[in-house]
Formats: sequence, C-alpha cells, structure tokens
Amino acid sequence: MTAVDESNAGIVAGRSDALLRVENVQKYFPINGGGLLKRKVGDVKAVESISFDIIPGETLGVVGESGCGKSTAGRTVMKLLDPTGGKIEFEGRDITNLTRKEMVPLRREMQMIFQDPYSSLNPRHTVGAIISAPFKVQGVKPARGVQAEVQDLMARVGLNPEHFNRYPNEFSGGQRQRIGIARAIALRPKLIVCDEPVSALDVSIQAQVVNLLEDLQDEFRLAYIFIAHDLSVVRHISDRIAVMYLGRIMELADSERIYKAPLHPYTHALTSAVPLPDPRAERKRERILLHGDLPSPINPPSGCVFRTRCPKAQDLCAQEIPVLRELAPGHFGACHFPEERHLI
Amino acid sequence: MSDPFLSVSDLRVQFPTEDGVVSAVDGVDFAVEKNKTLAIVGESGSGKSVTSQAIMGLLNRKTAKVTGEVRLDGEELLTARPEQVRSLRGKRMSMIFQDPLSSLHPFYSIGKQLVEAIDVHQNVSSSAAMTQARDMLDRVGIPNPERRLKDYPHNLSGGMRQRVMIAMALLNSPELLIADEPTTALDVTVQAQIIELLRDLQKEFNTAIILITHDLGVVADMADDVVVMYGGRVVEKGGIDDIYYRPEMPYTWGLLGSVPRMDAGHSTRLEPIPGQPPSLIRLPKGCVFRPRCAYHELVPGDRCDVERPDLLPVSPEHAVRCHLEPAQRQEIANERFGLTSVDTGVTERREDA
Repeated sequence: MTAVDESNAGIVAGRSDALLRVENVQKYFPINGGGLLKRKVGDVKAVESISFDIIPGETLGVVGESGCGKSTAGRTVMKLLDPTGGKIEFEGRDITNLTRKEMVPLRREMQMIFQDPYSSLNPRHTVGAIISAPFKVQGVKPARGVQAEVQDLMARVGLNPEHFNRYPNEFSGGQRQRIGIARAIALRPKLIVCDEPVSALDVSIQAQVVNLLEDLQDEFRLAYIFIAHDLSVVRHISDRIAVMYLGRIMELADSERIYKAPLHPYTHALTSAVPLPDPRAERKRERILLHGDLPSPINPPSGCVFRTRCPKAQDLCAQEIPVLRELAPGHFGACHFPEERHLI
Repeated sequence: MSDPFLSVSDLRVQFPTEDGVVSAVDGVDFAVEKNKTLAIVGESGSGKSVTSQAIMGLLNRKTAKVTGEVRLDGEELLTARPEQVRSLRGKRMSMIFQDPLSSLHPFYSIGKQLVEAIDVHQNVSSSAAMTQARDMLDRVGIPNPERRLKDYPHNLSGGMRQRVMIAMALLNSPELLIADEPTTALDVTVQAQIIELLRDLQKEFNTAIILITHDLGVVADMADDVVVMYGGRVVEKGGIDDIYYRPEMPYTWGLLGSVPRMDAGHSTRLEPIPGQPPSLIRLPKGCVFRPRCAYHELVPGDRCDVERPDLLPVSPEHAVRCHLEPAQRQEIANERFGLTSVDTGVTERREDA
C-alpha cells in the first residue's frame, strides 16, 4: 500500500454513529504461475483501496462497470473474503482479522442478498428449510417456534406462507428473490449487503422487489450497501452513492449530487451514458462518450487509474494518484481536476 | 410515407409441448420502414424474441407452428423455400444477438468468421474478403483491425465482441437489422458507444432496425416507433411520443411506472405491476393482462374476462388493445403521468424535426 491513501481516513472521520466503517480496504487475488512450484507471479488488484462508512437506516449505493471491484468490495467488507489490507469496523469493533468462527455471531447483524436467485438457493431444500437456516445456524429459538416465525417472514416479503414446503424451482425469479430476502432479514440484521439484487428480474418485478426493500428498511431501520451496475435503480434507492473504477472509489456523495453535480469526470461520463425513459429529454441530451476499455486490474495505469480514458487527463494525472478528499461539504472525489462549477 | 420495408401480419407461433400448446406469439402485426427504428418492448415471455426469430426464419419448423405473413420488400418469407430465406439472411436482413460470446464461434478467429459471412453471399477473392472484413472492423470502431482479425473471441472484451457481431451483421449491407437486446449484457458506457454506432450506421446504410429490448431508456434513445408486447400479443403500438407521453394501455402504464428514473427525486416511489406474467400455455380467455390489471373494474360486466379486446386505433399511428373507453384511458393516463396535452406534443415534435 502506498502512503498516499492515508488521507482517505478523512472520509470516515466525520460520523461517530457509523454502523460500518471501512478504511483503505484492499483485496488482491494472487496469480500463480505454472510449473511445480506455483510461484506467485502477480496480483489481480480487484480492490485497491476503498474507504466509506454507513450509518443505521442508510443506503449506500455502489456503482461501477463490470470489473471495477464492486462485488469484491461487498464480499470483503462482509468478510466473506479476507482483506489483504485496511481496516473494517462494525459498531466500533475491529473485525478485520476475525476468523470465520469468530464472525459467526456477527452474521446475525450483517447479511447478504445475492444477484442470482437461481444459484443462491439450494434446490434440494424446501423454502421453509432455506428461510429457517439462519435460526438453526445461530441457535435462535423463537418463542412461537421456527415455523410460525418463518411463515410470518414469508408473509412479510409477499410470499404465500402455505408454500412453506415447496422447493425453489416452483417459484419465479421474483419470488425466489423474495425468499432470499426473507432469509436475509430472518434474524433482524442491522446491515444487508445487496449484490445486484434486482438485475436478473423483469422491470415490473424489479419494481416490486425495490419497493419491498424500501419497506423493510423503514420497518427495521436496516442499512443497505446496494451494489448494482444500473445507475437508475441505485439512484432511486440510495441516500449516498460511491462510484468505483478499477478498485478505487472515484467519488462519494449524496445521490442527488452524484447525478446533478458530479465532480469526477468518470461519474459525469457514467451518468451521461444512462438513457432516460423520456424521448424528449433524450433528444436534447449530450453524451460524454468514453473511448477504450477498462485497463487490466493486474497492471493498472500509474497515477490516476482513470486517466487512460479521461477527457481531462494531463501530465500530473500520470504521476500522482489523486486522493479521495472532501471537495465540497459531504462530497468526496479523487481527481486532480474536479469539475469546478460543481465545487460548492 | 413510403411503403414499409418489412411488414408482419397476423404472425402466430405455437410450440406443441407435453403440457399443452405454448402460444408464444399470438397474432402480431407491425411494419418497419427503411431508415426507421421500431422497438419491440416486453418482458420475458412476451414473445418478442420469438417474433424476431420467426422473421429471420430461425425457428425449427418441425417443433414450431408458424402462421401468418412476413413480407420483406414485398417478398413473402414464411412460405418461401428454406434456401430462399437463407439467401436473404445475412444479406438483406441480419441479426445481432444479446450474448456475443455464445454467438461467436470460439474455435475460429474473428477474421475467419467474418470472411465466411462474406463468402456465403459474395463472389470475391479471399484477400478482397479479408480487406472488407478489416474495413468493417475499422468502421465499427475496433482499434487495430488488422491485428484483431487474427484474434479469437475470448481475446476480446464484451463491448468489442458486440462490435464484431455488429460488423458481421453489416458486412453485406443488410436493409433490415434485427437487434435482440444488443446492449443488455454491456456496461452503460459501452452501451452508449454501441447505440451511437448503430445510429451512425443506420444513417449511412439507410437500414430499417428492429430493436428488441426491455430497457425503456434505450428505446427512448433510439426508437421512432414502439410495439408493446405482453403474453404474445401486441397490446399497444404507436410513435415514440404516443407510447411515452400518451400511453393508453394499463400494461404500458405499469411498465412506465415501474422504471426508476435517474432524473427523478429520491423520494418518488415506484409503481410496480402486481402479480406475475401469464403462463403461455394457459392464457387468460379474455384480455391477457386482466389478472394483473388494476383498472378492469371500470369496464362494465365481465368483458375483460371473456372477450378478447381488439387492437383498435386511437389515432392513425397509435393503436391500443383494451376494453376501457378511450376517454377513460386518456383521463387515467393524464392523472397518472401528469402528461401534457396532445397539442403540445405535436408542436414539440415539429421543433425537434
């Protein structure tokens, strides 16, 4: 890790009531060469350095294109993957180096919802067994019995409680996602990491699930880390949004500001690329087209990782890594030349 | 208005299965002109992809029963001999698929696959074909086309592969291009590049494009006309502004209400369509959308349950399949979407043109 990233700490210093605090978290995957010794020949730098915090009841959206490290980031802060650097705090407790076993009690507090409602549910288990698994694992015995509790959960997420004994293949994609949600909220966690929870669903079903997530958040004061590539959905559900590119956070701000006053050229290009469902607005809109492809995370560009595709890049951008700093109140950006008219 | 280049009338596709007959497409009509883009919008199971496969002659006629009429520049395709359709496919009409990785052959180089597409329809030397292939790769914005010809699909990124697919589809300057979810697998920044590319190429080659997608943002960006499909039927069709600003079918309302908008405030709530899409084996007897429709009570009696509504015109270019009275529909549309009146729509359109 380079020393430059240290000032990232400023981004999380402000909020004392943080539920989760992530500081310079890094996740590298080693690449091993061929041959007998399988020597390490390099690293896939999936997450180079990310810092953010999240308070109870808040939704932090994480957006970025495929390969930007958003899913790895989600899994790492959940400790499903072990970070190779940085610090993760949950309710003030350092959990960075906890073992799998030590994490078990904490799993009550933090849960995950996955993208693919087909592969994230065991096809040989009944819905009842799937949703009651958290109770079993955690040794929780609800007063009214597990089945009654599970049926309540099913009703709460909009499933028919009588379908308790059915198998996942008897449900549609949207219903399966509801099963995954019921399982995630079973033990009333404080934080749920949602990794592309609605991308596999049809629009009309997607809206049902988004509304359900919003209702559950209000009811249980859940905090969500909502990871998705669809900016419209993220903007709709999030209070704040972190924009990631090649393993780093480029910008983090209120979702309103990310859309209306982006400071980072990448955010600007990204939001301008999203087509609006409004033909008249579309005819008037100007797009910033980015050229080229995402660089390899094995060998990222020097300096600013975005510089190879940035329309504003200058010499400084190749030499110095821009630090994620507070450019306007509550608005963080990692750019040497942020959009000046938005710097208020 | 010129004659439509492609016209589809009363197209029906049925798949007999052990559980019963699946009516994937159930009487679809539409037409596309040269240099225009028609979007077919619908969710999974709406029949939009099967419709395009029927047009391209890609359905196995042993397992699929296809009836109706598909005319490409006046020539009827459904009753034509397979060799005849094959000679048109890839030449006068071609298709881009959603997933470029599974539509390109992993064992052959990009160059070989492109040259093959040229060889089928043109009588040119292999070096001339290779030059054509290289020029087309250059045209779709692939850097180093010379080198890329030797690459294999796995060497390319998703956006590059989709460009190769587009290059392949355009090699013989087709007059009709069917793009089935061309950008769904891509990131937004790449999607924006591909849309821009399709638009430029349309201008250059005067292509008629059928865009099949569920993404109402992409439709708003690209389409001139829209067909909304549900349960294998066209439930509404019209010009782009008709569909977005004067929609009259409850399903279209539902779709528009379900889409989160990046320019909308955080506090707005989505209005999803309750329930699930219908099973294509047991389609409702009356209106296909009846089980999910919040407005069927406004229609007297049980018409929605027993009587299949016809696709009736509300203006020369706009048609709707719904039992609600036109006045009722317009009132609800105005209320739900706070739409501007028809007059402003017309003037604005003129300004844009």
